[in-house]
Amino acid sequence: MKYVDEYRNGKLARAIAATIRAEARPDQSYRFMEFCGGHTHAIARYGLEDLLPDNVRMIHGPGCPVCVLPVGRMDDAIKLAQRPDVTLCTYADLMRVPSSNGMSLLKAKAEGADIRMVYSTLDALRIAREEPARRVVFFAIGFETTTPPTAMALLNAQSEGLKNFFVFCNHVLTPAAIQNILESPDVRELGLIRIDGFIGPAHVSVVIGARPYEFFAEEFQKPVVIAGFEPLDVMHAVLMLVRQVNDGRYEVENEYIRAVTPEGNLKAQDMVSRIFELRDTFEWRGLGQVPYSALKLREEFSAFDAEKVFDIRTVPAKDNPACECGAILRGVKKPTDCKLFGTLCTPETPMGSCMVSSEGSCAAHWTFGRFRDAKQERQAS
Amino acid sequence: MNAPRLRSRKLDLKNGRVDLTHGSGGRAMAQLIGDIFRDAFDNELLAQGNDQAVFDIPAGRLAMTTDGYVVSPLFFPGGDIGSLAVHGTVNDLAMAGARPLYLSASFILEEGFPLADLQRIAQSMGAAAREAGVKIVTGDTKVVERGKADGVFISTAGIGAVPDGLLLSGEKARPGDAILVSGSLGDHGVAIMSSRENLQFDTQILSDSAALHGLVADMVAACGPHLRLMRDPTRGGLAATLNEIAHQSGVGIRIEEDALPIRKEVAAACELLGLDPLYVANEGKLVAFVAAEAADELLAVMRAHRLGGDAAIIGHVVQDAHCFVQMTTSFGGERIVDWLSGEQLPRIC
Repeated sequence: MKYVDEYRNGKLARAIAATIRAEARPDQSYRFMEFCGGHTHAIARYGLEDLLPDNVRMIHGPGCPVCVLPVGRMDDAIKLAQRPDVTLCTYADLMRVPSSNGMSLLKAKAEGADIRMVYSTLDALRIAREEPARRVVFFAIGFETTTPPTAMALLNAQSEGLKNFFVFCNHVLTPAAIQNILESPDVRELGLIRIDGFIGPAHVSVVIGARPYEFFAEEFQKPVVIAGFEPLDVMHAVLMLVRQVNDGRYEVENEYIRAVTPEGNLKAQDMVSRIFELRDTFEWRGLGQVPYSALKLREEFSAFDAEKVFDIRTVPAKDNPACECGAILRGVKKPTDCKLFGTLCTPETPMGSCMVSSEGSCAAHWTFGRFRDAKQERQAS
Repeated sequence: MNAPRLRSRKLDLKNGRVDLTHGSGGRAMAQLIGDIFRDAFDNELLAQGNDQAVFDIPAGRLAMTTDGYVVSPLFFPGGDIGSLAVHGTVNDLAMAGARPLYLSASFILEEGFPLADLQRIAQSMGAAAREAGVKIVTGDTKVVERGKADGVFISTAGIGAVPDGLLLSGEKARPGDAILVSGSLGDHGVAIMSSRENLQFDTQILSDSAALHGLVADMVAACGPHLRLMRDPTRGGLAATLNEIAHQSGVGIRIEEDALPIRKEVAAACELLGLDPLYVANEGKLVAFVAAEAADELLAVMRAHRLGGDAAIIGHVVQDAHCFVQMTTSFGGERIVDWLSGEQLPRIC
């Protein structure tokens, strides 16, 4: 596959790995957080950790939209779907996320709720057009990458005069989450995690550009390297981060120059700001309430806003007390630190959201990497 | 004297549709069976018109299997539900090394289903059976109200004769054994997805749906005593099959990503849809486990057959109490190839 295989070339990967090994100082450890679930997935899928030296480790960040959605919002979506007049359209990843009372969209569908899995907002629009008697709600989640398509759908619905299309908006913002992690007591005071640098988001940065990260690099003195989601991108970004740490630099560097510009996609940004505005605060699973970290529909789009039309008042709900998703999303704990991991909680019977999405740390480790735990057990015994 | 033919209005095979009388046991049903199925399947046992087929069985052991077919859409590039219902059941027999002999076919039809489509499906089944050298010797037809099924569901059962002394079984994989596949992976699943209503995209990929017993016969003839087991990686793809075998045999499996035969069109479609070809269904491929010393010979025999031209050795069996299926990625790292959990879900960002 042209323009894909080039970025998965094992020979080049081994060459970069050798350079990382040569340049990483043996007396120093390097701990980098990849913010995005897409990077977490690539690291696990291609077995990237096997190529990195032992003193260069990756910490998985919270950038998995399914994982950070708080349970209360899942409850809201299920309640919406159970209304007889509503057709809920959702990306498939959300189907198996457990709600506060052990329900899920998958179970609600089996009980008769009208829930359709869609590939794009355009599918949801088509359903609204074709079935005017149904009130079609699009369950919108995701970071800056999925926000422009939601905006596009709303603009289309408006221009077509669709009266039966609504958006349940859960779009969240990446920079706010990174700042929250860097300011958290875990990082600042308790020293529970040490982060020497960030691999910056790929697709998110295509939309928002490279500039928004300059503040963190400067304020928190942490290097950021924006990288694509292909495994060679990640390897290359790790090398660039090692070099910044060695040089005492903390800059925003862009490894993903084939797609990311300093300004990002201005057209998409403009469309998003026409339709959405900042929420004062929004709950993230794992991070808690994060100020100015999410979007809602502007007043003039109220007629499309499921929260207003269906009078949704989110009741905060607690995760399973044994579930460590919160600490795992903050990078404080690893999946294997959770008692439920691989016992009660597996991709077939997920207890927490990190085990649901293929971008979640738990699902990625369980699905691709758990043989390493067996190896460690053997070595320990 | 010949039995008098049923005299009634001819079936309107152009514009007619299945209605509830076609499943009621009356004249309409007899006419449907006669005009569509008996003509298409065309064999003397079915033509006797009994509720069962009676035949001699060969000496030795028989293999028996059954499978249901609910594919959507019913017609897809490279096949349809009819040919699939023959190939799938023939292949389940063939994986035991059996020579397929007879099939049964049971149809659940939805009221309103076009008779022309039903005829097309029946003729495709008949053609697939003739090509595979098996006979569809008994059958059943039921009609359910509109909305209670999705056009047509087919269930086929089959029996076949297993050669003397051959015992292929899922628990027989041993550390050191070589693992081979008969050709490119994921063709069927991608062909189906390309024709799904909400996912239409242009592709040249055809379903690989095919009867594999001819290939199997060659493999058994050349390497029979060294063969441990065979399986066709249908739903859940190669990943599901390898995990099944690892657990049945209590062994680990190591495969090499670079060795997997995957067409570039399939790889591209999977990339676009966020799917992994290891989990995509095949309907005309097999996985074989064989003693290491016979691997090269088996590979040569498979490649010499028209259905095994792209056969490859993809890995080997290891000792592993965890029964992990592990893959060395093209990138050089290691990963698990796990069971599929849920449906294969596209990633959202």
